[in-house]
Amino acid sequence: MITEVGVWLIFLLPMGSFVLTGLVIRPLMNRYSSVAGHLTALAIAGSFGLSLWALISVANDSEAVTFSPHSWLEVGRVVVNVTALVDPLTAIMLVVVTGVSLMVQIYSIGYMRGDPGYARYFAYMSLFTASMVGLVISGNVVQLYVFWELVGLCSYLLIGFWYHKPAAAAAAKKAFIITRIGDFGLLLAILYLLFNVDAFASQGLNPLEISDIHKAVAIPGLLATSVVTWLAVGIFTGAVGKSGQFPLHTWLPDAMEGPTPVSALIHAATMVTAGVFLVARFFPLFQQSEVAMNLVAIVGGFTAIFAASMGLVMNDIKRVLAYSTVSQLGYMMLALGVGAYGPAIFHLFTHAFFKALLFLGAGSVSHASGTFDMRFMGGLRASMPWTYGTFLVGSLSLAGIFPLAGFWSKDEILASASVSSSAVGQLVFWLAVIAVFMTAFYMFRALFMTFEGRFKGGAEADPAADGRGQVHLAESPAVMTLPLVALGIASVVIGFLSNAIMDVGLVPEHWLSHFLDVEANSFSLAIAGVSTVAAVPGIALAYVMYVSKLLPPARISKRMRLAHVLLSRKYYFDEIYETALTKRVFYGVAAQALDWADKAIVDGSVRAIGYFGRNVGRAMAHAQSGQLQGYGIVIGIGVIAIFAVMLFLR
Amino acid sequence: MSSEFSGLLTAAVFLPLAAAVVIAILVRGVRLTRVVAGAAALAELVLSAVVFLRYDSEEGGVQLVDRVADWIPIETFEVQYFLGVDGLSAPLVLLTGLLGMAAVFASWGIKVRVREYFIWLLVLQTAVMGVFTALDFLLFFLMWEVELVPMFFLISIWGSGRREYSAMKFLIYTFLGSAFMLVGIVTLFFMTGTFDMTELPREIAAAAPIIPMGVIFTLLFIAFAVKLPVFPLHTWLPDAHTDAPTAVSVMLAGVLLKMGGYGMIRVSTAMFPDVIADAAPFLAALGVVNVLYGAVVTLRQTDLKRLIAFSSISHMGYVLVGISSVAGVAGSVSPTGLTGAAMQMFTHGTITGLMFLLVGLVYDKAHTRYIPDLGGLATRMPVLASAFLLAGLASLGLPGTSGFVSELLIFLGAFPVWGWATALSAFGIVITAGYILWMVQRTMFGPAKERFGSVRDATVAEMAPIFVLVVAVIGVGVYPAFVSDVFAGGVESLIEALQDPGLLALR
Repeated sequence: MITEVGVWLIFLLPMGSFVLTGLVIRPLMNRYSSVAGHLTALAIAGSFGLSLWALISVANDSEAVTFSPHSWLEVGRVVVNVTALVDPLTAIMLVVVTGVSLMVQIYSIGYMRGDPGYARYFAYMSLFTASMVGLVISGNVVQLYVFWELVGLCSYLLIGFWYHKPAAAAAAKKAFIITRIGDFGLLLAILYLLFNVDAFASQGLNPLEISDIHKAVAIPGLLATSVVTWLAVGIFTGAVGKSGQFPLHTWLPDAMEGPTPVSALIHAATMVTAGVFLVARFFPLFQQSEVAMNLVAIVGGFTAIFAASMGLVMNDIKRVLAYSTVSQLGYMMLALGVGAYGPAIFHLFTHAFFKALLFLGAGSVSHASGTFDMRFMGGLRASMPWTYGTFLVGSLSLAGIFPLAGFWSKDEILASASVSSSAVGQLVFWLAVIAVFMTAFYMFRALFMTFEGRFKGGAEADPAADGRGQVHLAESPAVMTLPLVALGIASVVIGFLSNAIMDVGLVPEHWLSHFLDVEANSFSLAIAGVSTVAAVPGIALAYVMYVSKLLPPARISKRMRLAHVLLSRKYYFDEIYETALTKRVFYGVAAQALDWADKAIVDGSVRAIGYFGRNVGRAMAHAQSGQLQGYGIVIGIGVIAIFAVMLFLR
Repeated sequence: MSSEFSGLLTAAVFLPLAAAVVIAILVRGVRLTRVVAGAAALAELVLSAVVFLRYDSEEGGVQLVDRVADWIPIETFEVQYFLGVDGLSAPLVLLTGLLGMAAVFASWGIKVRVREYFIWLLVLQTAVMGVFTALDFLLFFLMWEVELVPMFFLISIWGSGRREYSAMKFLIYTFLGSAFMLVGIVTLFFMTGTFDMTELPREIAAAAPIIPMGVIFTLLFIAFAVKLPVFPLHTWLPDAHTDAPTAVSVMLAGVLLKMGGYGMIRVSTAMFPDVIADAAPFLAALGVVNVLYGAVVTLRQTDLKRLIAFSSISHMGYVLVGISSVAGVAGSVSPTGLTGAAMQMFTHGTITGLMFLLVGLVYDKAHTRYIPDLGGLATRMPVLASAFLLAGLASLGLPGTSGFVSELLIFLGAFPVWGWATALSAFGIVITAGYILWMVQRTMFGPAKERFGSVRDATVAEMAPIFVLVVAVIGVGVYPAFVSDVFAGGVESLIEALQDPGLLALR
């Protein structure tokens, strides 16, 4: 049974490594910055070990490990506690976060070697891992919000890691602000929870404690359905921002400006899944509101094909993966929306490994070619066998090909959606099937463009290369390929091992479903058939277009010019949000008008009063001529006037 | 009314003045002046910390009293020398000590009329300390007015740009407010026969008003509203900030604005509970306007100091929103919103003080505050850039920094009372993120510019006061109870007094 100290150590180890690297090594002994990478990896390895302990503890007891809350802030009826909550969901998330983080840190030791910001990089990465752990063990909504924002901060810092690049600085700001719009919704939900403090207090519950919220939701009639719906919508708004769901998706592709391992860890495997985690965390609440569930399903389902469609035409390998991430997060959301809690978490779990693998593979590729633009790659299979092999495994897994990890989790989602009796369920099922086809196509398009054919020059041919990249066609060092292999193995086996359809050696059948305490889906051959029938043609089409060149892509994009332009311009969302709404309307019209009004009207009237006062004074000053005769006359008139008034009044 | 005297607060109030006198009479030479001023500022920081730590919030009430009952012994016009702290003022005393120290050390580079400069700066600190500790209304007013004199000279002599215009605007604006306040104070005296601010809430409730209470409330409120500042009485602030020297901006944003919020709680709320409950919808509305209007106008600013000045207007709007929660729900007033308002004063003081210190350093090194000319400074000055980013993040209310705690308390306290207004004001966090991050991006990020090739990072001496404020910002962010418990105790006793049944019977 894991102790509370053990749980907090999962958080404190990377936090300690942040303090050491960020506040000691970086400012005081930057000469020894090479220690930073190993220190970080070591600390996170410790966290990973403890996370496994937590997982085993929860598995043995088959229920949440809870600890008593500690008071953090107490004013009036507002009691904000710090509580560690380790339930099955937390345990799974802990293993994903620390496991993927460990692989990424080891990889980063090689990838970031020689970067002047080496120590700073690992300081931020440690802080991120600590914050993400803090987020998943939060037992209090304010505590959760704190870490929710802190992972956003780390995302900001790491996207803008190369802050001298204007594109990176802009992308970092964009990511923070767009997710903050979502956070605003989450904040309102927290306020609304406290608004209902009387209902909670009547049962002796604290509206800010997550376990108490679940208890309150379970009591019929305590919270009105409209209250639950508004709470769920607010929480979901936060999730939409963090997980890059439509319409707050625009920040995630730009976030690829950060170093590639950052994209792998933060913008693929962990932080962006926090939105899915958040909905899962409050799942009992969502289940009480049909409106909220349908909203989650529709937003998720739409995002799944909407993002995948943009992935079809991107030329930057990381952007393909970014849109793929958005699309896969949409999958998880739609699963939650149709009530498939277990499959959603299952997919989150498998996706973390193969998507991190794909990103790290993309990093390895750019390590050799010096660019991320696939139009200048090609033919890398020969020189980078390990990268190619693992990338292929990742792609097959993502495309959902039997028997890899992605196949099992994706199938469970499809199966759950297909059995849903509601119209929404049927709709999102077909959206998901279309997305399977798109996923297979864009993933193999990327694979073929990168590894097949002949090499097209890399950074030397890429006019947009910023001079950072050098062409160096060779396999990456072992410190980078070993994490690839480890993640590759995971991408093959974790699907059928963690939630197998039958007993596999030590692992009992449907282990994950039982662990999460949800009903296990029975395996459906029909669904597996549908998804394979959708995926294989996607791969075939990519092959025909990019390898055998029977259907040259240029001809297709010419034939479907309108669609191609629309997709490559990302449906013009950046133009609408940034240029039209923010720059033109908000900054150009609204802010300018107020700024003008402040100067001209508000301050203008102040100055007018001042001007008036000064000039009246000046006019009066003329009367003070110093001539006694003049004063005498005025005094005389005054005296007469007073007498006149007194006489008149009498 | 017996006299008692522990002397600690008197020392805290008059130590800077004593140092100013010493500099005026005994000290010659620039270096010695700095040493004396620096020593006084450090001693004052220690004294203010002692006041804060010795204040026992378990026991509550007014403590560390220094009282001379017959200070001005005129019959029927009893003016006391009465200093004391309660939960509301103790943290503000600490804040004044912190920022006073920062201001003195930020003034090391002053080259013109150095002795005079430090004399005025120290006098200013005495006045502000006096405002937060005075519990006799006339003494309070006296300190409130004394503060104007050093401010006027500091801006008009050591400022930049249109410094005389800005100094005069500040003086006239505040003076106009104080004129209203004096009328209010005197009226209250004629109603109740006392200037004792601890007695006044009870006495006012018992006395028959000679003019409508709403009028007296308004007279006093205008003075505080100018100081906070509340839209549309705010336009002196950007001018004063832009043209003031760094240290004066630190004091102005860090503590002088808080005199307004302090007055609103100590006087407007505690002495006029019925009136403020009626006025609360207007306060909430004004708060929303302050927050959103301030934030939107901030977006357009191109001068670093002016930008932060406007952001202060926006942030002080949250104080109004917090105070507006005194209207309560179904007759019960929660201390959360008021505590949040008080916390906002403390945290905004440290955060904006830090911000102005950093902007001052940027200006010293880059010789410009015009944002479009800046950029790429992070490469040149990584430590300063980190502190700058941290101050910005605290300003946008990032959890882990103190700015988050106060905004959270305000929202939690005000939302049950004024749901829509609070939600609207909470949207300010999005706009704030916009202008802060955009400012940081344009100032610090991007390619290193050649014109800043010789710019160096901050020295250890320059970083020392920054470090102290960073510790305060993070410390309160991580463990807010250190300050919030004290504030909450003070606010709770204010509210209890309001809801005291004996008092209600008197009304």
